[in-house]
Amino acid sequence: MAKSNAKLISLEEGGFALFLVLLAFVCLIVAGKTFDQVMAFHAGIGALFAAASVFLIFKNYFDDGGEVIPAEIDGKPNYNFGPVKFGSIAAMFWGVAGFLVGLIIAMQLAWPALNFDLPWTNFGRLRPLHTSAVIFAFGGNVLLASSMYVVQRTCRVRMPGKILPWFVILGYNIFIVIAGTGYLLGATQGKEYAEPEWYADLWLTIVWVMYLLLFLGTLWKRKEPHIYVANWFYLAFIVTIALLHVINNLTIPVSMFSTKSYIVWSGVQDAMVQWWYGHNAVGFFLTAGFLAIMYYFIPKRVNRPVYSYRLSIVHFWALIFLYIWAGPHHLHYTALPQWASTLGATFSIILWMPSWGGMINGLMTLSGAWDKLRTDPVLRMMVVSLAFYGMSTFEGPLMSLRSVNSLSHYTDWTIGHVHSGALGWVGYISFGALYCLIPWLWNKKQLYSLKLVNWHFWLSTLGIVLYITSMWVSGIMQGLMWRAYDALGFLEYSFAETVEAMHPFYVIRALGGALFVLGALIMAYNLWMTIRHGEAEEADATPVGSLAPAE
Amino acid sequence: MNETYTAFAGFAQTWGLLYFMILFGIVLAYVLWPKNRKKFDDAAQIPFRED
Amino acid sequence: MSLWNKHQIFEKNSFILLIGIVVVIAIGGLVEIAPLFYLKSTIEKTEGMRPYTPLELAGRDIYIREGCYLCHSQMVRPLRDEMERYGHFSLAAESMYDHPFQWGSKRTGPDLARVGGKYSDEWHVEHLVNPRSLVPVSIMPGYPFLAENRLNTRDIQSALSVNSIVGVPYTEDQIENASSDILGQAMPDTEASDGFEERWPSATIRSFDGNPKIVTEMDALVAYLQVLGTMVDFSIYDDKANSR
Repeated sequence: MAKSNAKLISLEEGGFALFLVLLAFVCLIVAGKTFDQVMAFHAGIGALFAAASVFLIFKNYFDDGGEVIPAEIDGKPNYNFGPVKFGSIAAMFWGVAGFLVGLIIAMQLAWPALNFDLPWTNFGRLRPLHTSAVIFAFGGNVLLASSMYVVQRTCRVRMPGKILPWFVILGYNIFIVIAGTGYLLGATQGKEYAEPEWYADLWLTIVWVMYLLLFLGTLWKRKEPHIYVANWFYLAFIVTIALLHVINNLTIPVSMFSTKSYIVWSGVQDAMVQWWYGHNAVGFFLTAGFLAIMYYFIPKRVNRPVYSYRLSIVHFWALIFLYIWAGPHHLHYTALPQWASTLGATFSIILWMPSWGGMINGLMTLSGAWDKLRTDPVLRMMVVSLAFYGMSTFEGPLMSLRSVNSLSHYTDWTIGHVHSGALGWVGYISFGALYCLIPWLWNKKQLYSLKLVNWHFWLSTLGIVLYITSMWVSGIMQGLMWRAYDALGFLEYSFAETVEAMHPFYVIRALGGALFVLGALIMAYNLWMTIRHGEAEEADATPVGSLAPAE
Repeated sequence: MNETYTAFAGFAQTWGLLYFMILFGIVLAYVLWPKNRKKFDDAAQIPFRED
Repeated sequence: MSLWNKHQIFEKNSFILLIGIVVVIAIGGLVEIAPLFYLKSTIEKTEGMRPYTPLELAGRDIYIREGCYLCHSQMVRPLRDEMERYGHFSLAAESMYDHPFQWGSKRTGPDLARVGGKYSDEWHVEHLVNPRSLVPVSIMPGYPFLAENRLNTRDIQSALSVNSIVGVPYTEDQIENASSDILGQAMPDTEASDGFEERWPSATIRSFDGNPKIVTEMDALVAYLQVLGTMVDFSIYDDKANSR
């Protein structure tokens, strides 16, 4: 690179370097002083990450002489797709890992000997690993990568910063590593879907604020007068998750050198805050974020604009507005005052409308192009994801009703419901997005094999069907067995008898999970081969830094 | 306890409902305002603008 | 700079969007959460609730560490079958010292809100080491390592202090003697158990894992399980006065 252009190190590079040097020192001190082995291990990872990042910042500076990367080349935006590529591959990796852990714990429930009676392999430590790996590692990387892609393309501008985007994507993945290894070693807050301990939470807060700035910064630089609706959903996802994360993780550590902390909320208030968080993690992480993907990738794939842009705006406001209230329906019949859980259920019912409005908007985008479903398995995957979205957003309000909830709560019905949303909706829309993104990012004409996409689709669909039907049966059956009375007016079944009755369904569920994992492995292979051996797009047609869609 | 419930239900059924209707009305007006039509049609095309 | 001025309008738009989102989501949260902190009816008046002893708190932390809450709830609902199976429905007061709450969301195993006193210590120890020796169809993992791991008592005093900062009414005396009390509760008639009964009048001293020589993680976890749901005196509790 041209040394003649040598400039002083930029404020951004200097700022990040300084921050990371300080972080490395703090981590080293903590690692040196702590008696807590988990803390020592995590502080070690932190120090290593920080030191390596500082090294890379300076190496990069000396390599290119502090040259500013042009925002445009020949009047065309010079998009920054490096972090997007990283995020896509990380998503695929964590996805396979997370699904696999899910399969393992499903088998542990069918055959408990698989717990091996060791601390780091028991169900209680592996389940948070599974949920965090699929939601935050797989889903999170899909959202980070796709949002960075979509916001640049729809603003037609390069995202700001040289270090910032990399800090966000790498920092987020370091958070995943800290959180995941922490669970296995016994560091957990004991709040569902918010298990990472205080120092991991603190780190995520920093990364997330940077992510918000990166996203807003791209919006501020934009060349399009209007902010495309997908970005609205992304923004709502980023802002709301920040708020939820901070409030649900207000803990006081036992000491700087201990992994253990205690949350400031207690009992009934903590329950309310937790499920306000928990349900909105579903609403804003697993719904709003992935709806953003729907609003960009489906129109792009069928090559026609979204069915109704006006409906998408109504959809947006109605959804974020109603979702935030729905949380307390997780706490029917508990010690939470009834007005709160009733309020939550009421909003859950109303929520059915915007949910289906959004689904219809996505589906109708295909009107006039339905024939593409026959030939394009990627599009089929995204459309089926909308069908699953419609199904679980119908089932959800139903389960939030007090009477239904008294039966379904605490049973596998909930697990089945969550997975019809997670595997069907979030999984399939993410797979669809990745199948689109990978050829676009690596300048390939098309995927390595559409036939393999077909295999992936059918195997995992069969897997999902086995999963949710077995969980319906076992959930409803267990709920009914718990409340069954014999002729003399005594409870008919002991708890152990209801557990025994679940066994065949746990085996079927594990089988369904295995098919889903198999599908994901096929996908990973297909994407890998696309990157390695896919046919390149003609050079003339696509100038450097801009990528044409795959069609 | 019952009084709290009644108070909350009363509030939700009056002011709460009004708040929702007004917000929904604002969104609908914004969306259906004739002048905004072109803007939205234009925005829907954003993903297809290649550079 | 004219380009900058033009951009300002657009920047404003994304700010308006941002503010709109924050306002909309903040209202939902505030209306549902805030009243719980000042409504008197949220937490019932009861007799007998006390903070966990250092050993019970350590046991609770092990319960959290091993992810017990992922399969066991601690919330008996006021439904006929649940009250017959588990006992009186759970009160908000019973978890008012719980940081975090452990109500749970799934019953792969039975509810534990009132498990205290239902089984002997020996039963719990055996069941935790090898669940299927007592319940052949159980799918619970075994936790034999709990009986072998010496309980870590290093941070217990800070743990009590932090709990007291977040609102658990520990006395200064209780916090100061936490490091000794955590051992004393499981080592009857030793130096460590001196003064324990004065500081914790309603807690019991005994070796929970059957080995009074060392205090293990098993001691702590069993001590916690045995106190679950036993604190409130339901013989004098007035359901009607606190009806929800």
